This record gives sequence, structure tokens and C-alpha cells, in this order.
Amino acid sequence: MRFEVADTLEGAASLLAGEQGVAHVLAGGTDLLVQLRAGMVKPDLVVDIKHIEATRTISESDGAYTIGAAVAGAEMGEHRTLASDWPGVTEGAELIGSTQVQGRASMGGNLCNASPAADSVPALIAAGATCTVVGPGGTRDVAVADIPTGPGSNSLGQGEFVATINLPKKAANSSDAYLRMIPRTEMDIAIVGAAANVTLGDDGTIMAAKIVLGAVAPTAIEVPEAGAALVGTKADDDALAAVAAACEAAAKPISDKRGSADYRKKVSGVLAKRAAKIAFDRASGNA
Amino acid sequence: MTYDNENLKVVGTRPVRPDGADKVTGRANFGADFSMPQQLIGKVLRSPHPHARIVSIDTSKAEALPGVKAVMVGEDMIAMAHEMSQSGESAIDVHDLSLNVLARGKVLYDGHAVAAVAATSAVIADDALDLIDVTYDVLPHVSDVDEAMKPDAPVLHEDMFTAGMDEKPATASNIASRMEMALGDVEEGFKKADIVIERSYKTKAVHQGYIEPHAVVANFAEDGTATVWCSSQGHFAIRDLCAKLLGMDSSAIRVTPAEIGGGFGGKTTVYLEPLAIALSKKAGRPVKMTMTRAEVFRATGPTPATSLDVKIGVTNDGQIVAAEADFRFNAGAFKGSPVGAACMSAFTPYTLENVKVVGYDVVTNACKSGAYRAPGAPNGAFAVESALDELAHMLNMDPLDFRHQNGAEAGTKAVYGATFREIGCKDVLVAAKNHPHYKSNLGPNQGRGVASGFWFNIGGQSNAAVNVHEDGTVTVVEGNPDIGGTRAAMAMMAAEVLGIPFEKVQVVVADTASIGHTDVTGGSRVTFATGMAVTQAAEDVVRQLKERAAATMELDPEEVVWQDGVAHPTKGEAKPLSLADIAGDAARTGGIIVGRSSINAKGAGPSFATHICDVEVDPETGRIEILRYTAVQDVGKAIHPSYVEGQMQGGAVQGIGWALNEEYVYNEDGILENPGFLDYRMPVASDLPMIDTVLVEVANPSHPFGVRGVGEAPLVPPLAAVVNAIQDATGIRMTELPVSPVKMLEALEANQKQAAE
Ligand SMILES: Cc1cc2nc3c(=O)[nH]c(=O)nc-3n(C[C@H](O)[C@H](O)[C@H](O)COP(=O)(O)OP(=O)(O)OC[C@H]3O[C@@H](n4cnc5c(N)ncnc54)[C@H](O)[C@@H]3O)c2cc1C
Repeated sequence: MRFEVADTLEGAASLLAGEQGVAHVLAGGTDLLVQLRAGMVKPDLVVDIKHIEATRTISESDGAYTIGAAVAGAEMGEHRTLASDWPGVTEGAELIGSTQVQGRASMGGNLCNASPAADSVPALIAAGATCTVVGPGGTRDVAVADIPTGPGSNSLGQGEFVATINLPKKAANSSDAYLRMIPRTEMDIAIVGAAANVTLGDDGTIMAAKIVLGAVAPTAIEVPEAGAALVGTKADDDALAAVAAACEAAAKPISDKRGSADYRKKVSGVLAKRAAKIAFDRASGNA
Repeated sequence: MTYDNENLKVVGTRPVRPDGADKVTGRANFGADFSMPQQLIGKVLRSPHPHARIVSIDTSKAEALPGVKAVMVGEDMIAMAHEMSQSGESAIDVHDLSLNVLARGKVLYDGHAVAAVAATSAVIADDALDLIDVTYDVLPHVSDVDEAMKPDAPVLHEDMFTAGMDEKPATASNIASRMEMALGDVEEGFKKADIVIERSYKTKAVHQGYIEPHAVVANFAEDGTATVWCSSQGHFAIRDLCAKLLGMDSSAIRVTPAEIGGGFGGKTTVYLEPLAIALSKKAGRPVKMTMTRAEVFRATGPTPATSLDVKIGVTNDGQIVAAEADFRFNAGAFKGSPVGAACMSAFTPYTLENVKVVGYDVVTNACKSGAYRAPGAPNGAFAVESALDELAHMLNMDPLDFRHQNGAEAGTKAVYGATFREIGCKDVLVAAKNHPHYKSNLGPNQGRGVASGFWFNIGGQSNAAVNVHEDGTVTVVEGNPDIGGTRAAMAMMAAEVLGIPFEKVQVVVADTASIGHTDVTGGSRVTFATGMAVTQAAEDVVRQLKERAAATMELDPEEVVWQDGVAHPTKGEAKPLSLADIAGDAARTGGIIVGRSSINAKGAGPSFATHICDVEVDPETGRIEILRYTAVQDVGKAIHPSYVEGQMQGGAVQGIGWALNEEYVYNEDGILENPGFLDYRMPVASDLPMIDTVLVEVANPSHPFGVRGVGEAPLVPPLAAVVNAIQDATGIRMTELPVSPVKMLEALEANQKQAAE
């Protein structure tokens, strides 16, 4: 196995593109190193992207954020405005692991590792985030939702990697939230995750809403019916019940040692309505 | 000699433990930290089947791999006859132990060791394992204890006939033994009852979860002796078991204890150590072996899964008139579950005229169960304390008052035959009732539960030497690995007896050749038994100090008193002499002073605990949060109160894990599905509130400072305390552990459905 440290985006891309065998990007390593030690991956080349400035910085321009793919969760939480503009996206990233893991784990790694239970992904999708993908053929922007294609697989081509994750300018009177279910309080894998993003009209009713579920399908899924159930309401009990019902219907989970399919379906409804309520309260300035 | 509570200077204070800083800064040397020049790495090939006949093992390709220096299979071990060897709190059959260390004939569980290799690197050792060809004839398996008892269950051992039956059974079965113990006449007792309930409960196998995996380095020398470095709860037990299994003399094996990263009963037996010695002998080089976490889960000794029935009768005024239990323990692949201790302890916090307990020790295709903190008692108490909680509700009585009314006290005869002297059972119940926690208010979806528990505690063999140095400092040499802060406790007792500051005393846990045999760190015995030995060795020093001082003062030793580290003449004009004065002069007055003690400590004092737990249950997700938790316990005398509190908090936390999320998940194919900390969910720090503790000190008259053991009793009440709190919060009685969110939500929904009908 060869280990290389890249200091430019182009340098990383050419190292990755030049490798005939299995190549892996190293961000925080909280997935990759665990998989290496367990013998689950046997890369021929590992390229550390943490020394590239673009992957390590958070910048804001005209309300839109560009977050380096290797920025650690803890750094997002400490950013001056990110956490207040995008509380849901930030809490998704900050839920990962524990204090120790937070110092390393990145959204880029979380996204590209493509676990159906990845905690930072649902809120990014609900936010309409994109990512900037760099590869041998140049640079392209892709919706976050289009990166994971199934458990452990992503849509990146040979030599491609994610350089940044981009959040659009936040709409007026909007906010977001993310909740997950784990039996403990940390160091666990989400049995269900639910993100909500809502935008209110001038009268305080919901004008637009997105609900995205994690861990209940091969990739995170948006539930348009749940979003639609919120539009025109003030997240009252009936609307929230409709959100829950829509999510239960849309969830297509498996049963495994972590939770039965039945449990996951029910709890996806519960978390979705709770996340919707939190996002609504935040957008209304009540939280 | 006993020491008066009023005049204690060191005992009862809270100095910092000497091993603490190194442990929290990562400098302490644990099992895997030791290495030797030229060492090989040893690895174990493990069975992928829960039950199979080993048709053949071909190791030729592995042996031919460059870098491989030794390969061994079961046939390389010596054949052992059935013989019980004492280890820790339980006896081990060395025949079974040998087969558990390396299988012969059959494999009996997923993870059972079938071959071992030693090679020049870990990578080569792993490759060598891949090159060993084992042909298995897969057999039907059984993992559940109740299934294993059925007549048509696959039988693990053709030579196992249930012991303890009036007549020897005609056919082999998985029931290793049946035991029964009773007081009075339960039939008659139940006739007097106004209310009788009968309930069944189940618990899953749970692992001690020590953070340090098993690790060993062994070096077999040219002269036929072996030196072993490993972490364990008792290096003398490791030495003796290795000697037995390998046919060596005890004197030919020297075991040096490493610091231990948790044991909780699980490190009182051998897994890797005999293999490392045998591989080192074969290879002619030192061999290091370290288990992965998955190996720890698959192939060491969790506590058994259990199936428990309880029947209790009470009168309308809250008197228990009869109690009966039937406990079935899943021992795993070999007999020897702690069902006996469960039978002996489950009803013991109560004074009962009529009680009968039956226990079954049952083998299944799961890894062989081991000791885990108060082995057997948490299971039995879970059943009994759940049933008592239900009865208290039915009687409309406060659950603590109900327990107090029936509580054990001095003079109570327990079902296992003991009659108690001074015990703190009722004092603990009173302290719990008076605690502000018990009087605090609860919110919606919240509930409170209480439960009690008992543990015997043991004494046993301990050795200590106290070396007095020329400068007046002192080294205590003893033989118990320090798990819970016992170096500090030993130093404190020695300092108290000698009348010198704690800082002047160092404690060394010596290897098996440097101090006499000392039983394992287990059974909550160390501060009691080894503490007694250290106290006596220090008293031996005081006696010698007085003799030397008397000679210098030209008095008889009886004319000298020892006080606060100084020998004072009771007559004449001689100047008092301090310990340092006498030690400095020792070379001239007869040589360096060494105190010694070798004892088999008797009179261990039982410990009683009552815990109060508040939970909140999320009605929509079934998630359970522990809101507040208070552990109350009779600790005898707390030598170092912080470390007593630590034991109580740790026990409570382990019990909470056991109640809520921890379980061995064997799938339909008999394979362990969760051999790692991600899916074997022990509580993490952020799951829990501060565990509050109340130390009730009812001195044990058999110990110079009044010590009882404290380490195990705190794991006895939590399972029922949690489940009783869940009942209070939801109205639902959960009878199967763990109460995971999935199980809780199912129960909540079933309850709702029932209510709607
Ligand atoms: C103890 C522990 C607890 C955890 N808890 C959680 C949790 O609660 N929730 C959760 O979702 N996850 C959890 N994880 C998993 C992991 O921490 C997260 O997925 C994390 O976000 C991964 O980020 P990383 O920077 O460490 O990725 P890495 O390990 O560096 O990379 C992960 C994978 O993505 C690839 N990759 C990384 N960056 C890029 C990139 N920019 N472009 C293309 N490919 C890339 C790597 O090659 C690798 O295959 C936990 C892991 C551990 C060890």
C-alpha cells in the first residue's frame, strides 16, 4: 500500500487517477482506518486530502457556504454563523461518533462512505446541498443526493473525489433540524434518522418543506408526501400526523440485529414529525 | 486486634491511588504492552460452526509457510481426566478447560479454538491460519437453555449424565446437574398465603466488557521453565492452571502480573496462556498473543443466559409465607454456570420460613460462561425482586416497607445454611427510604423502581510481607492484581497500623515466585482477606519494632507502647524512638525488619444493597433514559470511601447495561452476530446521570477494620430496579432482558391495543 499526501486538488486528482488498483481518499479516517484494520478494504493507494486548503476551510459568500470536504464536525459546530444558519446540517454532522471522533470525522467522508445511516446526509439533502467533485476530467457540481448509490457505493468516477460541500443561501424564514434514533446517546449507528427543512411565508404558515429519512432504505430518501403535508399549515398536530403517516409508508427498511423493519417504519414517522416541529419552531423564531 | 473507628488517622480518608496517574496518562503497562526481543506472534484459528465434528486438520501448508515457527492442534495438548480445580469463586474442571483452550474431536461453539500458530509477524500468523485446512462434519446445534433441556435436543457431551438426581439417568443430556435447597415446607406455606403469584423471566448472556483484551507473552526456557507475563485477576491461578494443563510443575512456571484493564470475574481462568507456553516451547522463542475484541466476545466467558421461574405467597398484611424458584442457567459449551450461587442468594435479603430453590446447570452451543461480578446473583435477584415489586403493588404497600417487613437481620437463617451475624440489610432499606431521591417528584412518562440484592463475599488465602527500609519508608508486598484501588487500600491499612503517613508506604503486587500463593482478585475478597494479611504483617512489624526499641531502651517489649509511629517507654527516662529511628539502626540491632503474614481468611461479611432508579420512557420510540440513580449499600468499613463509591457506581452501571441494551445475539445458525462494542451496547458515559451513593457502615466483626467486600453486591439490584421503574412509568411489566427500545415499543403497542379492546 502506498500513502501519499496531496497539497492541491489537482495533485490529489492526478494521484487518484493514476492508480490502476484500488485507491482511497483519506479524510478523517474514522471509517477508512477502521475498515483497513478489519481487513474490509485493501487499498493500493491512500491519498490524504487534509493538507489541501480548500478541503479544510469553511467560507461564506453572500449567505452561501462552501464547506471543505475534510472539515471536521467539531469545526462546523465552532463556526461563528454556520450553526445558527443551518442548525440541522450542523447537528447532523456533530452527532457523529463522540467528542474524540468529532475532531476528525468529516461530511465528505460520511457522504462518500455511503452508509444508509450516515448522519450528516439527510439534512444536507433537505437543504438542497450540492458538492463540488474534482477529477481527471475537471470539476463538476453534483447534488448531494446523487452521490450515494447504495450501501457502501457512490457515483464518483475513477479518480474523482469530493472537494467541497456547498449550501445555498438560506431562504428567509427558514430553518432545519435533524434527529436520529439510537438506543444509547453516542457511539452508535442510527436505526432511523430524519431531517426536516421548512420555509415559512409572511403569515407564519409553511410555504415549502422537505423531509428526508436515513437508515430506512439503501440510501437516504426524500419523502415528498411528508413535505407536502406540511405546506399551508403551522405544523399542527394533524399536519404532523400526516407527516408521520407519509414517512411510515415511504420507509422501506430491513430487519437486522439493530432493529426490526416494523420498528424502523414507526420510528421514522415519529422522528420526522418531531424534526418538522423543531424546524418549524426554529423558523418561527420560537426556538 | 481490631482498630477503633474513632482513632483512625488514615483509614477512611481519600488519598490518591498510587497507580492512578500512570493509568490515566497511558503510561501503565497492561497485558499487551509487554514485549520481548525475538518474540513471535501467536494466533488462534477458531471454529466457524456452533457444533461440528472435526474430521481432520491439515496444518502442513501452514507449517511450510516461511516465518511460521510453530503450529499446534488439540492433539498436542495432554489428555486430562475430569478433576475440579479451584479458581476464583468457582471450581473449574480441568478436562473441560483443556478442551476449551483447544478443541479435540468436536467444536462446541462459534469461536471455539481449533489450532494455534506462532510466526515472525502478525501478518504471517494470519496467513498461516488461512492455510490450515479443517474438515468439519456440521452437527445440529442448540443455543437456548430451555431448548437444550428438551429430550430431543442435540446432545453436546455423550458422557454427560445429569448429576444430583436420585437415580443416575439412563441417557446423556445437556443438563449437567440439578440442585435443590430448602428451608421449612413451601407446600404448607403457600396454604397460608392470601396472594400467590407465579412468574417467568429470561435474561441474555452478557459480557463483562473489560476494556483490555486478553494478552500474554510466554517464554519457555532451555531448562524447562517458563516465564509468563499477562494481565489476570490472579497470576497464581494462571500459573496453577497452566501447570495442570501442560503437565508442568508449579515451580517451573513464573507468572508476572501486568496491570489489568478490567476483569469483573472474566479473567480468573486461562485461554491464551497455555497456548503461548506450548508454542514457545515448540518454537524455542518467546510468543506473544493478544485477542481481538471479536475473539474476546466469541471465545471468553460471558455470564449465562438464564430462564427463571418464581412463585411467592404473601398474606394480606405483607408477610411472605412461602417462596419458590426454579432457575435454569445456560452454562455454554461446558458445565459450571453459577446457578448454585443464584439459588443461594436470590431470596437471601429476606427472612423466610418456607423457601425452596431448584437450579439446573445446562450446556449449549455457546461460548463457555465465566464468572461475572456476583456470578449468578443478578439473574436470581432480577426474578425475585421483579415479583416482589408486583406483590408490593398488589398489597398496596410501599416496596421498601414491604422489603423491610420481611428483611433479613442478625439471626436470620439463609436457605444455603448460614445464620447471619451483624448485617446491614434493614439499615440499607431505611437509608434508601430516607434518601431525598426516594421522596422526589416524577413527571409524565417517568417512573421509579427499587430493588435489593445480596452477595456473600469470600475470604481465602492471602500472603503479605512488609519490608521496612533503613530510611523509615515501607514496602508492602502482596499477590493480588490491583483492580479497584487495592494498592491504596493496602497502603492505608499498613500506614494505619504502623502509625506513619500513607505516602511512606509503597505497595508492590509481586510475581508468583516472590510472594506466597494468593487467591484471585475476586469474590470481593482483596480488601477483606489480603487487607487482613497486610494488617497482620504490619502488626508483625510493630511487634519487632517494639522489641528493637525495648532492647535499645533496656526495657521489656511489654514496657514499650507503639503510638503514632513512635515507640514510647512506659517507664524510665529513655527517649522515644520513631519507626525511622529504629529502622535506621536495624542493621546494628539484628538486621532489617520484615513482617509477614500467610492466612486463609475466615469470616467474610455479606453485603446487602438497595438501589433506587428513575427512568423516563419515550412512549413513541420505546427509548429508556435513566434520569436518576442512587445505590445504597452496607459496606462494612470503607477503607477508601472514593473507591468504595467507585465500585458501587460501576456495578450499577453494568447492571443498567444488562437491563437495557446488552445481549449476546446468537442467530438461527448459532453464530454470534454482535462480537464488537458497536452492536454489543454497553452504556457510554453520556447515557447516565451521576450515580449517587450512600455508604452504610455496619462493621464486620471478623475484620480488624470492619471490612466487608463491596465489589459485587452493587451489580445485584440494578436489573430489577430498572425494570420496576419501567413498570412504574408505563404500567408494563417487562420480564425479558434486555429491554431494548424495540422490545419496549412492541410492549407499549400491545398494551395500547389491549386497552382499546
Ligand atoms: C467510534 C465511531 C463512531 C461513529 N459514529 C458515527 C455516527 O454516529 N454517525 C455516522 O454517520 N457515522 C459514524 N461513524 C462513521 C464515521 O465516523 C463517519 O462516517 C465520518 O463522517 C467519516 O468521515 P471521515 O472524514 O473520518 O472519513 P474517512 O474515514 O476518511 O473516509 C470514509 C470513506 O470515504 C472516502 N472519502 C473520504 N473523503 C472523501 C472525499 N472527499 N471524496 C471521496 N471520497 C472520500 C474514503 O476513501 C473512505 O472510503 C463512526 C465511526 C466511529 C469509528
